[in-house]
Order: sequence, then C-alpha cells, then structure tokens
Amino acid sequence: MRGDQANRLNDGGLIDRSTPLNFRFDGKILFGFKGDTLASALIANGVKLVGRSFKYHRPRGILTAGSEEPNALVELRSGARREPNTKATTAELYEGLEAASQNRWPSLKFDVMSVNQLFAPIFVAGFYYKTFMWPAKFWEAIYEPAIRRAAGLGRAAGVSDPDHYDKAWAHCDVVIAGSGPAGLAAALAAGRSGARVILCEEDFVLGGRLLADGGTIDGLPAAEWIARAVAELEAMPDVRIMTRTTLFGVYDGGTYGAIERVNDHLPVPPKHQVRQRLWRIVAKRCVVAAGAIERPIVFAGNDTPGVMMASAMRSYINRYAATPARRIALFTNNEDGWRTAETAIATGLQVAAVIDARPDVSPAHRALAGRGGFPVLHGSVSGVDGGKNGVRKISVSLTGGARGEVEADGLAVSGGWNPAVGLTSYHRGRPKWRDDIAAFVPDGAPPGMAAAGAANGAFGLGACLREGFEAGAAAARDAGHSGNIGSMSVADDEAFSLTPLWHVAGKGKAFVDQQHDVTASDVELAQREGFESVEHLKRYTTLGMATDQGKTSNIAGLAIMAAVSGKSIPETGTTIYRPPYVPVAIGAFAGHHRDENFHATRLTPSHHWAVEQGAVFVDTGLWKRAQWYPRAGEKDWLESVTREVKAVRSGVGFCDVSTLGKIDVHGPDAGAFLDRVYINAFSSLAVGKARYGLMLREDGIVYDDGTTSRLAEDHYFLTTTTAKAGLVMQHLEFCRQVLFPELDVQLTSVSDQWAQFSIAGPKTRDLLKEIVDPAEDLSSEGFPFMGAREVALRGGLKARLFRISFSGEMAFEISVPARYGEAMARNLMIAGKPFGVTPYGTEALGVMRIEKGHVAGPELNGTTTAADLGLGKMMSTKKDFIGRVMAAREALVAPNRQVVVGIKPTDKARRLRSGAHIIPKGETPGPENDQGYVTSVCFSPVLDQWIGLGLVERGRERIGEIVRAHDPLRGEDYDVELCNSVFYDPDGGRQRG
Amino acid sequence: MRITCPFCGERELGEFTYLGDAKPQRPAADAGEDAVYDYVYLRDNIAGVMSEHWYHGGGCRAWLKVTRNTLTHEISAVEPAAGAGAAKVGA
Repeated sequence: MRGDQANRLNDGGLIDRSTPLNFRFDGKILFGFKGDTLASALIANGVKLVGRSFKYHRPRGILTAGSEEPNALVELRSGARREPNTKATTAELYEGLEAASQNRWPSLKFDVMSVNQLFAPIFVAGFYYKTFMWPAKFWEAIYEPAIRRAAGLGRAAGVSDPDHYDKAWAHCDVVIAGSGPAGLAAALAAGRSGARVILCEEDFVLGGRLLADGGTIDGLPAAEWIARAVAELEAMPDVRIMTRTTLFGVYDGGTYGAIERVNDHLPVPPKHQVRQRLWRIVAKRCVVAAGAIERPIVFAGNDTPGVMMASAMRSYINRYAATPARRIALFTNNEDGWRTAETAIATGLQVAAVIDARPDVSPAHRALAGRGGFPVLHGSVSGVDGGKNGVRKISVSLTGGARGEVEADGLAVSGGWNPAVGLTSYHRGRPKWRDDIAAFVPDGAPPGMAAAGAANGAFGLGACLREGFEAGAAAARDAGHSGNIGSMSVADDEAFSLTPLWHVAGKGKAFVDQQHDVTASDVELAQREGFESVEHLKRYTTLGMATDQGKTSNIAGLAIMAAVSGKSIPETGTTIYRPPYVPVAIGAFAGHHRDENFHATRLTPSHHWAVEQGAVFVDTGLWKRAQWYPRAGEKDWLESVTREVKAVRSGVGFCDVSTLGKIDVHGPDAGAFLDRVYINAFSSLAVGKARYGLMLREDGIVYDDGTTSRLAEDHYFLTTTTAKAGLVMQHLEFCRQVLFPELDVQLTSVSDQWAQFSIAGPKTRDLLKEIVDPAEDLSSEGFPFMGAREVALRGGLKARLFRISFSGEMAFEISVPARYGEAMARNLMIAGKPFGVTPYGTEALGVMRIEKGHVAGPELNGTTTAADLGLGKMMSTKKDFIGRVMAAREALVAPNRQVVVGIKPTDKARRLRSGAHIIPKGETPGPENDQGYVTSVCFSPVLDQWIGLGLVERGRERIGEIVRAHDPLRGEDYDVELCNSVFYDPDGGRQRG
Repeated sequence: MRITCPFCGERELGEFTYLGDAKPQRPAADAGEDAVYDYVYLRDNIAGVMSEHWYHGGGCRAWLKVTRNTLTHEISAVEPAAGAGAAKVGA
C-alpha cells in the first residue's frame, strides 16, 4: 500500500519503495517510504501548509531540507513522548509516526489567531518592551500569560520522559564533522594513514549534498563513489562512522560534544536501548566538513508555503523523488541556483521562469531555457500571491523598472551559500568576509581544528574533495600517523558566479527570520531606534534567537542592517557564535542522572539490617541514614524518637555513625601536622587517648570538628563531620602537600574502610563485655573517658574502641572493618537483648546532642568563630595554626557577637521552632532589633519540653533573660528564656562514669 | 578542558577541583595580621598566564600547580605541589 502520494515520482531517489510506511499528520493518515523524512513524505502527499508562525500565525510550509529549517516544526509523537518543535526536515519517517502542526487553533487551515496579522503594524520589534511597560506588576499577572498563549511554538509533553538517555566518552585522533565529499575525503586520508577516526554525520545517510546533487568523481557517478568510499572506511578497524550524530560544540583541550539520535527514527526505542546518546569526543584533531547553508533572499511574501530554498527543492526531487511543485519558478542571484532548473527539466517538471538578479546568464543556461521553453527574467521577485494553499503568482521587478508576473505553484530561491562557520567560531572566533563568494568563511579555528570544503568557502566539488583530503591527511599527520594515504579523488569544479542580493523592496511583509517572525522592516526599525550593533539588533528584534539559531536568517539580517546603516557587511560583523549547533535535549545532558540516579547513593554498612528493622531513612548528602526506628503502635516520629532517647538514657542503645569522615594520619610529624590544622594541640595527646578537635579556615571562621585519637606514636585516627568528609580531606591534603611539605606525614582516607557504631547509655559496658574479648579491661580505670585503643573482639576480630560520648551518656564508639558492619549491628542486637538494647537513629542522636549542648552543622554554619561556639578557650596560644591570625581580628572578637546559648520557651507546652528570630522584650521586630536566631531545636524527653540552641548577641551574659522568639514565617511570637546550653548533666558525671 | 596530571596522565576537567592563584605564600607565624590579611583576601585578577592550584580529587589526590592562560584556557605546564606524591624514603 502506498496511498495517494500524488507528488511522488515513479522512480529514482534514495527511498525504498518496497517498504511503505503509514503516518499521521494532524490526525490524517498518509503514506511514505523508508528513506523519507517527515518533510519529504508530506511533500509527496501534496501537503504544503505545515505550521503557523510564532507571532503572526502566518501559514508556513517547508523551506529547507535540513537542520537549518525555521518553519516546518511539528510536535512529534504523542503522550509522554510528545516532542515539540521537531524539524520535519530531519525527522526520519517510521511506521506509525504521529505528528501535529503547532501554534494553531482550532485547526491549521482555520486559525483564529491569524487575526494577529491584521494588527501586524503594531507587532513590530520591541513591541512588548514598549507596550507593556506599565504598570510593572501587570506584566507577570496579565500580559505575559496572555502573550504566551497567543505566541509560541509546540507544547511540551508535560509529563516525565519515559525514555532513557545516555552519556559516553570517545577518544580518537581525528574527528570529522560531516560526510559530504570533503568529509568522506578527509576520512579516507586520515583512515588510510592509520589514525583513529570518528566520522559524524547528522543525516541518516552518508554523502551530504552528493545525495541531492550527484556529480562525477573519479569518473564514477557520485552514488557509486560514496558506496566505495564507505565500504573502504567500514573495512578500516580504527574508523568509526556515526550517522544520526551531530557534532554540536567544541570545548577546551580538544573535547567535542556530539548528540547521537540513536532511536529517534523508531516509534519507541527497543528494550534496554536509549533514545539519544550524548558523546564527549576527545580528539587530537578535528576536520569541520559541515558544508554550507543556502541562504534566502528577503522579499515580500517570501514565507508563503511553496517558497523553498533551491537546493532543498533539488533534495526533495532527486533524493526523495518527491516534487514540491509542478510548475516551478526559480529566483537566483548565482550560478548554483540554476541546478534546480536543470533538475526540474530533467525530471519532466515545468519551469515557469527563472528570475536571475545577475546581469548575465551563461550560454549553457540560455540553451537550457530554450530547451525547457521558459523565459529568463532579469530582475528580482518583489512579491508572492498565495496564502495557506501556497504560491500562485509571483511578481517580478525587472531590471530597468518594468514589472512582470509569473504563474507558478512553487518558487525556488537561491541567494548563495553561507559556509557553516558555527563550529570554527565557537571559541569567540570571528569569521572573515570573502567578497568573491559574498560570504563569511572561518578565520582560524579553535586549536586542533580546521575547516575544509564548503564549510571553508570552497564550493566546487573538486575543491571539496581536495580540501577534505588534504585536511584529513594533515590532521592524521599532526596526530602522529604517517601511513600511505593513497591517491586523492578528483572531480571538476563547477562555475561559480554570484551577484550579492539580500533584500528586494516591495509591498508586504518580507521575512528575515521566519521562525521568530522578524521582518526586514523590523531590522530597519531597530537601526532607526539606535540598535545598530548586531548584538543589539539580535536582542531587540530576537533575530536568530529561535531554535534554528538563525541559520537561514542571521547573515541576511546583518546584510540589511549594513545596507540601512551605510556600512559594509564586514564592518557590521556577525554576532558571537555559541554552541550547541542544533538543539540538544536536556535529557541527553542529564543522561541516566535523573530520579533516584540523580546522584550516587551511599549506604551505611548496617543499611540492610536497618531496612529489616523498618527504619525510616533520611538523605544526608549522598548517604541514606536511619532517622528513627518506628515500632508498632507509635503514632508519630516524635513518639519513636522519644522512646529511643529514653532507652539510651536509661539503658543502652546504638547508632551507625559510619558516615563520619575518617582519616588515618601517619608519620613522625603527624602530631606536628595536626597541631597546625587544629586550634588545639595534638602532639601532646598521649597514645591511647582521644581528643575533640576544632579546625578553622584561614580566615578565622570554624571549618569542622571531630574527635581525633592517637593510636600510636606516629599514628592518629581523625574523624570529620559527615558533611565535610571529602572537603576536610582535600583541605588536609592541601596543608600537607602545599603549605607544609616539610612535614613527614601521610594521609589516608579510611571513611569507607571502617564501620563505626556509637554505643551509649548506662548499660553500655554490660553490652560491650558480651562483644569484646573478656581479656580487655573496660573498667573506668582500664578504659577511662577519652581512652582510645585497638581491642580484640570475641572471636578474634580486631576493632578500634573509643570512649567518647556525643549523647552525654556513658558511651563508646567501636570501629570494625566495614565488611563486618552489618554483622556488628546484628550482634549488638543479640548480645544486647538482655539489656533491652535499642537501635537509635539520627533524630535521637540530634536530641541528645542538643540536650547536651553540643554544636553541630546548624551552629558550624560558616559564620561562627570558636569563641561563638563557646570553644574559644581551646585556641592554643603556644603554636601557630590555620586561622589563628585572622581569628583575632577585631570584628571576630567583638563583645556583641552572636554566640551559642540555650533557649527554652517560658510556656513549657510551647513548641520551639528553628529559624525564629530573637528580639528583646518590648522591642519592635525588625532588622534593627534582631539579636540572633534559633539554630537547633528538639523535644527533650529529659526536660519534657521543647528546647533549643541559638546564636544570640552576647547570649552567654544574658542567661535567665526572657526574650521574644519572633517567627514571621510561621506567624508565631512567644517568650523564651536564654539558658545554659548544656541542658543535661552539666557537670558531665554520666559520660565519665 | 583536560589536565595532564604528572601521576595519572591526561584526565578530564571533572576529576579536578580548582582552588585559585598559587602565587601567594602562607606567611610565617610571626608575619603579622597585615601579611595574613593579604594572603587570605588579596588576589590578582590575572588576564593571561597564571599559576593555579588544582586538586586531583577524582584521581590521585595530588595538589597540582597548573600554569594556565586565563584568556585561552591553554595549559602550558603542570607540576606537583612540593609535598605531592613523593615518598620520603628514610626521612
């Protein structure tokens, strides 16, 4: 079944007529063939009207046959896979493809918003800036939503993308962008020399313009030459050909970005396959053989469906055997455009006329006109009659002033070619103007990159082959490969003659940027209003800012600007070129890093056991930590946490604290090193003892804290907070390698090597005796408070045991190799059963540290000094350390600093909230009376009320003062008492017991 | 951008962490507040070749002195910090 493809030729083209495909456009079932793009299939079916324009809702058709397309944008697929603004010209046709036109309501043929055209005179450049300036708040509430409804392109799916995207690295000697004659020649030369080559082609077939324009290479028809070249490349083990892959950017150090549309040509990617893959290609050299883009000529009605680039028309006829029109007019200012007339005649289509802006036409083309029976009109197209049904009649201003009319249903336009200078200009390169081809060509390129062929302004087939081959050979040679590159393929160069023509004056809208509906008069208006610089022109009119990045419009826009401002085109210059060359889905940049894989997840050694226990987990950085362990019948987290705290304070509990950063510090100078990074002394710490340490940043602010133990004369074991584990390691390595290289000390991160548990409560020793070898003395004398040493466990495993307490209870921390972590948790449960052992989570840990007045993350917040935290006395005066000098600055020792203090509501039933501001009684809340805020809160089971810590101006001198906790965020205001920050066991008898 | 770590070879930017100008030297313990203030806060804003500290956290954890042109991102030299990597045999 092939349906009624009225505009399909019976033979020829690179389509597979044995594989018919059906697809739907705006609900209507149509047919095409394998090898079609959506655009070529629409053309074969006689569809001219494909969408409505962005601002004026003008009917639009298909302008190009490639990724430069500004008009033929559709919503591809449906449901969660709906992809807006997809270019019909690059979307490969597949069985069952669904596409819908955009920016029309209720239908493409009858679009209500096309009334915008009637108001067109007011929708000029800068319209929104000028019109909706006042009142300011109306912008967000009224104007913008209304404008967004009326203007715009496709609709996003609005739901999560069900497909997978991938990211990958590739390395090679030479990466080549484009597989036209220059790209294939470059690949052949580089491949033969022995270089590792990656050839990227955005199309799904190799060959570039050869696919549409043919030619003779080495005496062979182009198609045969391509087949031989590809076969040779495919036989080379170090050449990788990547079709459906666009090289979109170049980054420092020879890194290139490429997007591979792995399965966009299928309705749904096969199981376990990705839709797209983002490649980062590291290449020693790059050859840009990305070709050139044919440029339009701006004239009234140039956006009418049926007006098409001359080269695109050849692509549709020759490559896809689809005829965009039956009676074709050609408007050209150059020799190359004539090829479309040749193609039309060769295909048996009618040529209505050729309108040539040049004074002379070659004898060969005159002869063609004679054979084809069509007139050659010297002049320009000044207008187009036609609407949503396409071109009907073309008005011509003839040289000398006369007017003419041509009846045609299609108008091919060629204004010359612009080399694709994107990649070569992405490092702020400015292309240079060449008068002979009236186009910008690369002027240098990022290191390691060279342009060849049409991308370099060499438009002839022979020149493309030669430049490509030479660039490929040079790139391989620079990358260190010198194999035999064989002989170069040869072809003739076509004649090239062009008379620059950018804009034809006429009545009606003449579009420069068709995707953003920017007209020639908008450019002229911008100039009159002073937006003459091309960067201003771009932003004022939005010229070139659409998804096509102005591939067909930028040069015409700046040429018109040059003309109206009386400057030359090179004086006017181009805007900065920026990647990506084609739109790249955010999903491709994210790759697999989405949802639960957005970042890595770290599990504590006892995680699986905690899951069995029904723990509720909290994300702390990358870690999943057990937050509390709910039990049947408990109504909320508070009840569970309160039970855990009470169990610890009255019996024994344990908590996995393996997430702390752990660093082994070895070497004869280990003590001296720690003296320099901590404010307090560690060289004086006895072997077998632990000490709390505080480190500052060099600017005097507290950086991190933790307990460090001396396990041997030359071996310390340092712990950091969970949050700063990696950063402290980096900081210490900086101190060791850069600041103090003279010290003989080595650092080893052992955070992942040790599972560490805090065991706390009055029955801790009873439990430990069941775990630790009975020969070990755990008595107060044998293992005093702040003792630290290696012990043997029952069964012989060596562990590190530390008598330190964060809870204020009699407590130990025990470290075992991480692989024993889960077993340790299980053993603690078994051994602790007689003592009612209770696992506790981070919430109970936090409650007990607040009850005990220990500072943590909310107080170590990057603004506090040691003295602010009540730890000023720890600062040694006998040694230098990081941050010592800056910590003594006036402002950091000012008497009115906000310091840590305890806070409790005067009404015991009142819940205290973090973030509440502290305001003196009787004062008005506001910045001038703001004396600090509540940093940490908890419900204290011991005091049976909410308590907290806060940073309050001169807080420690104001113990007992009643102040206001003002919480505008929650609409609360209540009295609190400033109190000692140690709420529980202030003399520390319990932890030393 | 790619940096050639003297221990690991050429690696991608994502493995490294930037710190800043490698020129300022930490003042001696008795240098006084002004010298430390300069060291902590005052930095040249160099347009051109600059010696910088980078940390190879995604690799060998060496601190590196990287000579980079801030205008072109061209890296002309990479050397390890004085205390990086070298085993102190017999010390």
